[in-house]
Amino acid sequence: MAAADELTFHEFEEATNLLAETPDAATTSRSGQLTPQGHVAVAVGSDGRYGAEDEVEEDSDKAALLQEQQKPQPGFWTFGYYQSFFDVDTLQVLDRIRGSLLPRPGHNFVRHHLRNRPDLYGPFWICATLAFVLAVTGNLTLVLAQRRDPSIHYSPQFHKVTVAGITIYCYAWLVPLALWGFLWWRKGVRERMGPYTFLETVSVYGYSLFVFIPMVVLWLIPVPWLQWLFGVLALALSAAGLVFTLWPVVREDTRLVAAALLSAVVLLHALLALGCKLYFFQSLPPEHLGPMSQVSPLPPNVPLPPTLPQSLATS
Amino acid sequence: MAEAAESPGDPGTASPRPLVSLGSATKGTEGEARVPPKEVRGRARDLRDLLLIHLLSCLVGDLWGPLILCVTLALMLQRGSADSEKDGGPQFAEVFVIVWFGAVTITLNSKLLGGNISFFQSLCVLGYCILPLTVAMLICRLVLLAKPGPVNFMVRLIVVIAMFAWSIVASTAFLADSQPPNRKALAVYPVFLFYFVISWMILTFTP
Repeated sequence: MAAADELTFHEFEEATNLLAETPDAATTSRSGQLTPQGHVAVAVGSDGRYGAEDEVEEDSDKAALLQEQQKPQPGFWTFGYYQSFFDVDTLQVLDRIRGSLLPRPGHNFVRHHLRNRPDLYGPFWICATLAFVLAVTGNLTLVLAQRRDPSIHYSPQFHKVTVAGITIYCYAWLVPLALWGFLWWRKGVRERMGPYTFLETVSVYGYSLFVFIPMVVLWLIPVPWLQWLFGVLALALSAAGLVFTLWPVVREDTRLVAAALLSAVVLLHALLALGCKLYFFQSLPPEHLGPMSQVSPLPPNVPLPPTLPQSLATS
Repeated sequence: MAEAAESPGDPGTASPRPLVSLGSATKGTEGEARVPPKEVRGRARDLRDLLLIHLLSCLVGDLWGPLILCVTLALMLQRGSADSEKDGGPQFAEVFVIVWFGAVTITLNSKLLGGNISFFQSLCVLGYCILPLTVAMLICRLVLLAKPGPVNFMVRLIVVIAMFAWSIVASTAFLADSQPPNRKALAVYPVFLFYFVISWMILTFTP
């Protein structure tokens, strides 16, 4: 009984993957037609190539390219080309965010949520939000720390905005580029599933960063073990989403390559989270304190000496 | 009042004119010492409509107003040259870049999502809607001259929040209408983020 259930689940997953690759294909609800190979190939024949079963054996990229060639693709120098990457509605973006927050095994983000229409809106604005939220909450942490311990020197630390922005954007664009390049290079090894397009990889990474936003906000709570707990939870969710999305593509590769690739992806993600925690939320070492660092903290009823900077007293 | 009948959004006019004109009201009262009540009401309406009229001048894509506002804000926000600490507030150039790059990015985003507002009109609207935050910056600087403390901070917080809300409402009124209804939130969210960052810079400003 369990074996039969697994088999049907597997067939459904394969069919969903293939149907998602060819969104124009006619779908039928009869369970007998869920065998993936023959019927989807016939349905793809709506562009004039009937019954060619080897079409399903082609990479998904080529199938997508065939469909794109049906409508004239605007050149990359035209505005319409870039408009096609922002062709999403509010509900679609929210659905993709929800999909990235709740990864499930076998539930491939690219096939189930992107459905051949990757967008750049989500990745771009999630990265922007994350960069600014990092800088703002890092600054807020300093404010709250200064309230508890008046000897800490407060400053707006505006340069952290620049650092946050550059780091997040480089991560969200260069790492998918490297990953896509690597998968493209290894595509000869795989028979069934081609690599994702570059935009799909960027989309997956961009949406997977969304879970870091509430994590960063929750890091305001100044309890260290709670911060580490939130960090680990968010990292687990985010990395799980990435792994479940990449698994169908790498599982046909050799075990070594698959294991190395997935562990590299998870490791890079963990490094990003750790770097954010340590740089923006550092517990202040003594050299960051003001000129009072040599003296023990004053009791609150002692008036502050005039040598302290004005900024200590303004909030 | 004949002058008020002219369309204030006429693209031919370079300078904005108030909705309620004082011209015809003063014609009949030249030489009189007493100010007629109509003029007083007119002036109040002028102030209220000031922002709206400047926004309407955005129909011609006027960028001088936003430029002046941005320069004023950046001048007030920059850390002083005597302040040599590495991790202080933003420099003049940083504020300038954030405002203009932010406005350009939001405009591009709005157009890529399929909005039908022109590039310069959108820049103009976003630039003029910085006016409330510039006013908030002025008020914050004045408040910071007073005695520091939690009351000081609360006053600044309330002022900045109020001006932030005004900016959002004013710019959303223009930008959201240019989008199809299923994408309004996608176009408005970056505006929210933009003004939030500027408000944060104003609130954390320390002289």
